[in-house]
Amino acid sequence: MPELVLRFDHVTVAFDGDPAIEDVSFEIRHGESLVILGAAGSGKTVILKTALGLLRPDSGSVWLFGQDITRMPEKQLFEIRARCGILFQESALFDSFTIEENVAYPLENQTTVRCPPEQVRPRVEEALRFVELENTLGKFPSQLSGGMRRRVGIARANVTEPDLVLYDSPTAGLDPITANNIMALIVKERDVRRATTIIVTQRFQDGRIMAKYRYDPASKELELAGTNGQPAVHGLKFLVMKDGRVVFEGTEKELGESADPYISKFVMRD
Amino acid sequence: MLDFLKTPVLSIQDYIVLSWRTFKGLFTSPHYFRDTLLQMDTIGVGSLPIVVLTGFFSGIVLALQMSRALQTYGAVNQTGPIVAITLVRELGPVLTALVVAGRNAAGIASELGSMKVTEQIDAMRALGTDPVLKLVKPRVLATSFMQPCLTAIADFVGLVGAYIIAFFLLRLTTSEFWNGAYRILEYNDVVQGLLKPLVFGIVISSVGCFYGLRTTGGTQGVGRATTQAVVVASVWIFVLNAFITKTFVSL
Repeated sequence: MPELVLRFDHVTVAFDGDPAIEDVSFEIRHGESLVILGAAGSGKTVILKTALGLLRPDSGSVWLFGQDITRMPEKQLFEIRARCGILFQESALFDSFTIEENVAYPLENQTTVRCPPEQVRPRVEEALRFVELENTLGKFPSQLSGGMRRRVGIARANVTEPDLVLYDSPTAGLDPITANNIMALIVKERDVRRATTIIVTQRFQDGRIMAKYRYDPASKELELAGTNGQPAVHGLKFLVMKDGRVVFEGTEKELGESADPYISKFVMRD
Repeated sequence: MLDFLKTPVLSIQDYIVLSWRTFKGLFTSPHYFRDTLLQMDTIGVGSLPIVVLTGFFSGIVLALQMSRALQTYGAVNQTGPIVAITLVRELGPVLTALVVAGRNAAGIASELGSMKVTEQIDAMRALGTDPVLKLVKPRVLATSFMQPCLTAIADFVGLVGAYIIAFFLLRLTTSEFWNGAYRILEYNDVVQGLLKPLVFGIVISSVGCFYGLRTTGGTQGVGRATTQAVVVASVWIFVLNAFITKTFVSL
């Protein structure tokens, strides 16, 4: 069985006594993907932040790469976080830095990455080429559109080639075309690097793209998985959150077949 | 019953924790020298114009007011010493600190507050940097180093302002004014005049960082954090000034 990457064990996180997530348990292994669906305020972002130790659970425990990070001191956490990449909801690019400095940031600051200075620029360029924004090196985040900022965020999350990548609502507030482009990039990152991926979203379509498509390096486009010699997508799980609780855990097929009225609202049936 | 005390006590506790982590951070690498220099430029050099103006006009009004009072005793030639003592001991440090608090505690709180509400602080932690070392330490170091320098400049410019009044309006000679001003100052005055800004610098920057880092509630929250930072820093400047003055007066 592949290595366990992240495990939530009956985790509750509360703010001022109000639970944001309650008794959440799940696990994800190396090479797998997890799509967390839920309405705004259902605790999706809290799950991602807790996974990296940015928020501490009030009860339960969180295991990241085989280590219990529930009460781990921040200093030790930096070493583990260096193996993770994250795209925040509004990209969270540093607006006083240029795009180049933003993408270079994890290379220069992650404790265990230690990228030699002469390799920083080529790696930044490569990461930006991946998201097709190689011409923006000297620009500032405020000069880019929302979708472009999201793409820079994806480049920054992946520039260190982390083992686990977390995406917080990557398509929120974007038009459908840009949203699909962003999802295509996420699938591309997943399939090219075989990174363990967790994506949190309100859109069921995002999950469906994760489940049904694969990136084809030959045509450099997304192809329907399971056709044209493309293998089907394995190891993809869905989690549906409602008011801080997990109300569904299973595969895309099980999700489609669920009779639960809340879940049905998320699922677009063909 | 004592629930109303919970919030202020928790705030003080959080402030002490942040201060302690910043203090420990002084001896922990990485040190981010570039950020510290950048902050020295923004906070120190950037505040220079307003500090110079404040000092200059304070010196002018001090000379005018003091000379009027001294006239009744026929001691107008004592204007230099009196202005020097008042400026170096009290007005220089306090006025400079208030101006810097208005400018930089607000600046720091709003900058860090905006970073907080746009998740940039979380991003920083996720990408391997401790915000206390990367953001708080350079600001506290820069402000506590620049504040005494700014105060010294304000004191000097204030004396120049007072000298202009003394020379042109009060008809004192140059040597009368400057000798008097120079002779009256003792070691104690200078130490007090430089210790105060050091303490105020620490207060201004740490309070600014504290309110910035605990910002919640979007842009409105940033506004609130900024206001609180300036108010709290200013109040602490007055309170600590009283304590330090008391200590030095008793010496």
